[in-house]
Amino acid sequence: MKRITEIKRFVLLITVSFMGLMQSTFLLADEIELSGKVGIEQRYFINEGQYIDQLENTQASIFIEPELYVGWNNGSDSLIFKPFYRKDEWDDERSHFDIREFSYTHAASDWELRAGIRKEFWGVTEFQHLVDVINQTDNVEDIDGEDKLGQLMLNLSFVREWGIVDLYILPGFRERTFVGESSRLRGGLLVDNENVSYQSSAEDKHVDLAFRWSHSVGDFDIGSYWFHGTNRDPILTPVLQGELVTLKQYYNQMDQFGLDVQATIDDWLWKFETIYRKTDDDDYLAAQAGFEYTYVGVFNSNADLGWLLEYGWDSRGEGSEKSLGAPVQNDLYLGSRLAFNDMQSTELLMGIGADLSHNSYSMIVEANRRFGESVKASLDIRLMQSNNQYDPLFNVKDDDHLQFTVEWYY
Amino acid sequence: MKNKTLLKSFLTIITYTYLTASVNAESLTKLEAEKRGLEISKKAKQQDTGWKDSSSDMLMFLRNKQGQESLREIKTKTLELLNDGDKSLTIFNQPRDVKGTSFLSFSHPVGNDDQWLYLPSLKRVKRISSRNKSGPFMGSEFSFEDLSSFEIEKYQYNYLGDEAVNGLDSFMVEQFPVDENSGYTRRIVWIDKSEYRVQKIDFYDRKNSLLKTLSYENYQQYLNRYWRADSAMMINHQSGKSTELQWSNYEFSTGLTDGDFNRNTLKRAR
Repeated sequence: MKRITEIKRFVLLITVSFMGLMQSTFLLADEIELSGKVGIEQRYFINEGQYIDQLENTQASIFIEPELYVGWNNGSDSLIFKPFYRKDEWDDERSHFDIREFSYTHAASDWELRAGIRKEFWGVTEFQHLVDVINQTDNVEDIDGEDKLGQLMLNLSFVREWGIVDLYILPGFRERTFVGESSRLRGGLLVDNENVSYQSSAEDKHVDLAFRWSHSVGDFDIGSYWFHGTNRDPILTPVLQGELVTLKQYYNQMDQFGLDVQATIDDWLWKFETIYRKTDDDDYLAAQAGFEYTYVGVFNSNADLGWLLEYGWDSRGEGSEKSLGAPVQNDLYLGSRLAFNDMQSTELLMGIGADLSHNSYSMIVEANRRFGESVKASLDIRLMQSNNQYDPLFNVKDDDHLQFTVEWYY
Repeated sequence: MKNKTLLKSFLTIITYTYLTASVNAESLTKLEAEKRGLEISKKAKQQDTGWKDSSSDMLMFLRNKQGQESLREIKTKTLELLNDGDKSLTIFNQPRDVKGTSFLSFSHPVGNDDQWLYLPSLKRVKRISSRNKSGPFMGSEFSFEDLSSFEIEKYQYNYLGDEAVNGLDSFMVEQFPVDENSGYTRRIVWIDKSEYRVQKIDFYDRKNSLLKTLSYENYQQYLNRYWRADSAMMINHQSGKSTELQWSNYEFSTGLTDGDFNRNTLKRAR
């Protein structure tokens, strides 16, 4: 009884001090701003899915991502809160909530402290983000791996003559999200979100560490890091559960070294990314390299035409009966970006990725423009083909689709 | 014989008077006109030196021929460097879908500028090519080079004469961009004689036909020295489109330093 009272008192104390902090924050604040976006998305799948229980042709969803910003001490201190929610028509796994950001930043003249849930992006290439390792992929959002879950962190950043040094302490790990059985764009076996194991006895409480240095020297932008902690990529293994075969997730510990370099020379951007990953299960080297060239004022107009070429390599090689291999191991990507530079910021992006080891390719077309002052509409077309059953793309070869999105910004 | 000489000198006087009244540059040699053009431009640059740093809010009204309007809201912070081009941070607030996007630029009088773009949705800082000088800035009638800081080394000069603009007696200076990536063959700049402020600029495209005219309005003086216009209007004669700029909240010498212009500040700028 006495203990309960003590706990109650403690909770009350915490609550009061937190409210006090919030109140003083708001009183001191010289900038409070609420913004964000709301959107609807409609997917149309051209063919029937490969697997039973998959939705047929249409998949609609709505999403919301508000952002609250509070700044004080002339912006030296700030708080950002950015939750996200998507409601999917069919898939309960795709209907999900996440706190993308909830963090405090203190900025001094040559250092910054960032604490809370955040997102951090590293890298320079466009078709694959090898070195980007801090945040877990929010895989239910899209298959391009660009959507990320918020990561709890303590990040100290120092600005020096010889570059920027970032130290990260990452308490807590996020499991990757996987779509449910009704969804398209998945493999034949469902990933079990309940059957998760870890190499570390601390499981998802393992405290990860990262150290990154980045610098700009003349035409070169260089970044290099070392990461120690839970591997963001799970090892998926089929297990029999009753009558059903599902995939269990296993997250091992890894040490990763990464390097990204971009040389910006006239109209050319030369890009290179490489990682070396070491785990108890395997260790490998991977790289992605290429260029981006922009032709300004193409066809005597205001439009810019950009060309992108990238090649991806991985020492694990192709997937086979015996090994999982790497999704990108001998892949070539070609892309083109047409920016009209008009009032509505109309843009057209096309990309083709081809696995040079076997007959497998994916193609993407993205078109978007603004309507009025705060509505943005985009149309994506994705086509995928593969004849190698060990290629991850084989799973989604019948999932060619159109995706229409309308977003309202406020 | 005597009459003839008299007539000749009379004609000379008339010609001379006529020239001084409108365009007195005709009497200068090519070299002298170049020198004079450079001197005027140098003086204008010198008049606007020593403000250390500045910040301001800018509204951009984009209008097309049909009268449709679109708004851009931008905040700019600039650090003046006396031995190099300026450093600047540009933060976009409108349209809403690009809110939080920011742009860091280290300009150089000679050679390419260093530029980085921060994309808030991806949390990505991307170094971009600064060769895109002639392209439109955010769909407006201003190109990137129109908005970059004026540096003496960027042009070759020619003094054209004097003319009144906005009721102010002004110098007309022709400026030829040195950079081959410039979208212009030349520009004609009207600089008023009293305070050396740019009053008007005519831009000539790569085919040397008149493309755009920029006019500054309502100059205000800050720190008892530096002049900044409240607004400016860019009219594109070829497309019929226009872009109006309105500035507010001008601040100078607020104590910004080099440390306010790096990747970290780019990421949290607002």
